[in-house]
Amino acid sequence: MTTERDYGQLLTLTFSTPMPYEWSIGKYGSLFFHEIRAHQRFIGIRCPQCGKVYVPPRRLCAPCFMELDELVILANLGTIMAFSVVNYPFPDPATGEQRPIPYTYGYIKIEGSDNIFSHIINETNVERIAVGMKVAAVFRDREEMQGNIQDIKYFEIME
Amino acid sequence: MDNIAIVGAAQTTYERRKKDKTCYDLVFEMTKQVLEDSGLTLKDIDNVITVSNDFLDGRTISSMAVGEAAGAHDKNVSTVEGDGTFGALYGAMRVLGGFNTTLVVAHSKGSEGDVKHITNAMFDPIFQRFLGLEAITASALQASVYMDRYGIREESFAQVSVKNHGNAKNNPYAHLPMDLTIEDVMGSRKIADPLKLLDCSPVSDGAAAIIIANESYTSKAKTKPVWIKGLAHCAEAYFLGDRDLADPRSLRDAAEKAYAMAEITDPMKAFDVVELYDAFSYMEPLWLEGLGFCSPGEGCKLLDDGITTMSGTLPVNPSGGVLSAHALLVAGLARIIEAVLQLRGEAENRQVPGAKTALAHGINGPCGQSHCVWVLSSEK
Repeated sequence: MTTERDYGQLLTLTFSTPMPYEWSIGKYGSLFFHEIRAHQRFIGIRCPQCGKVYVPPRRLCAPCFMELDELVILANLGTIMAFSVVNYPFPDPATGEQRPIPYTYGYIKIEGSDNIFSHIINETNVERIAVGMKVAAVFRDREEMQGNIQDIKYFEIME
Repeated sequence: MDNIAIVGAAQTTYERRKKDKTCYDLVFEMTKQVLEDSGLTLKDIDNVITVSNDFLDGRTISSMAVGEAAGAHDKNVSTVEGDGTFGALYGAMRVLGGFNTTLVVAHSKGSEGDVKHITNAMFDPIFQRFLGLEAITASALQASVYMDRYGIREESFAQVSVKNHGNAKNNPYAHLPMDLTIEDVMGSRKIADPLKLLDCSPVSDGAAAIIIANESYTSKAKTKPVWIKGLAHCAEAYFLGDRDLADPRSLRDAAEKAYAMAEITDPMKAFDVVELYDAFSYMEPLWLEGLGFCSPGEGCKLLDDGITTMSGTLPVNPSGGVLSAHALLVAGLARIIEAVLQLRGEAENRQVPGAKTALAHGINGPCGQSHCVWVLSSEK
């Protein structure tokens, strides 16, 4: 609640209390983060019916309505399919703090997978980034890993 | 109304924390299980209804995240944000509106959010929320109004808790099967006067699903169809202070409409079993009054006289009710599923022998702001 009020004609009310959650990550999501911590690489999952490899791994191939269990080891490498250099202020969902801008949001196809993974690319100069470039994931130091998506720091454009 | 029936039912066990499962997992498992139960395949399903709540899931448009787990990839999918009985009611409307089959699936994991926060957020942010009103305090006010109106003692509510937790011992899905005495309930921790811990339902994780089919499609299913003979819902004022909390008017109205549809004039004679939404012990007698099983103020007498026990003439909540397992949103659908199992004769240790007509009931909003009433029958 606000502590100071402007007693103008029409009042407003401020609500700024966080709503806490503790989400289950699930079996395959947990494996994905364990694999990053153990081997700094990704794990995907293959549909036995259509052959599609999903990363991060999931329980179900939706078009086939087929339960998945064939895990596939994937390297930390991928290709930029699309990107956007973000320039507007936005509170970081992880901290609530203003995230430094600009930053680049990337749509990245991990080698050996058939869907597209999203993460940050550590290049904000649009002159130096292009669709089709190869990127490699850079991870947090192992002792700083927390089993979440920020265990991947960003993807780095490869020379 | 055209003949429509429930041809598949599935539910998870209910427990405090399903840490190993995501909401997506729960929805997928229930979808698979309800298809298996019905003997239908996903190809037989025309459209899907998911039941979810964004505050519970901690996700905007939470329904979008579970549609594919409900088999809705490339299908017509829509969502009800509210109790599962209302999701099922919308499913029934879709079948009446021309679809052959509808799959309805509800999930919730109260363990992942802060349910007191979330039910507090039901209330008006300007005039009520900051005072701390949430589901338990609002219900405590309702219990208090009800007691004061009719001179009811807390012991009468305690009896409901004893009965329902005892019934839950026969239900392998229940969260809190317990052998209790009235003294146990009376001596349990004060939560919000007059409610004590054992007057309150737990918060459970769980999910459930049903398939509703039109008459021509019921023969494709392998289950014995459970016919929907009547259904109705009704709502009243948002602000608690605009309602008479001891008189569930919207329940009376909904019941009247559902009974008229099913051509029921004497509910006490018509029904063999009732599954109702007893989120708190006092709700069972109060809802029984609203459902017309007795006069206002006489609800507790039904249990005193043994009528609503398993050996009585109208067993109420053989499953142990919501007091024994309360996955928000799912609990009303679980009432329908329990009624379906009774009418199929598959309720095992909690079976009411020879049950032919059942009532299932769900609520939405604080203190039963809206009610949904289902009349189900094993006979067309």
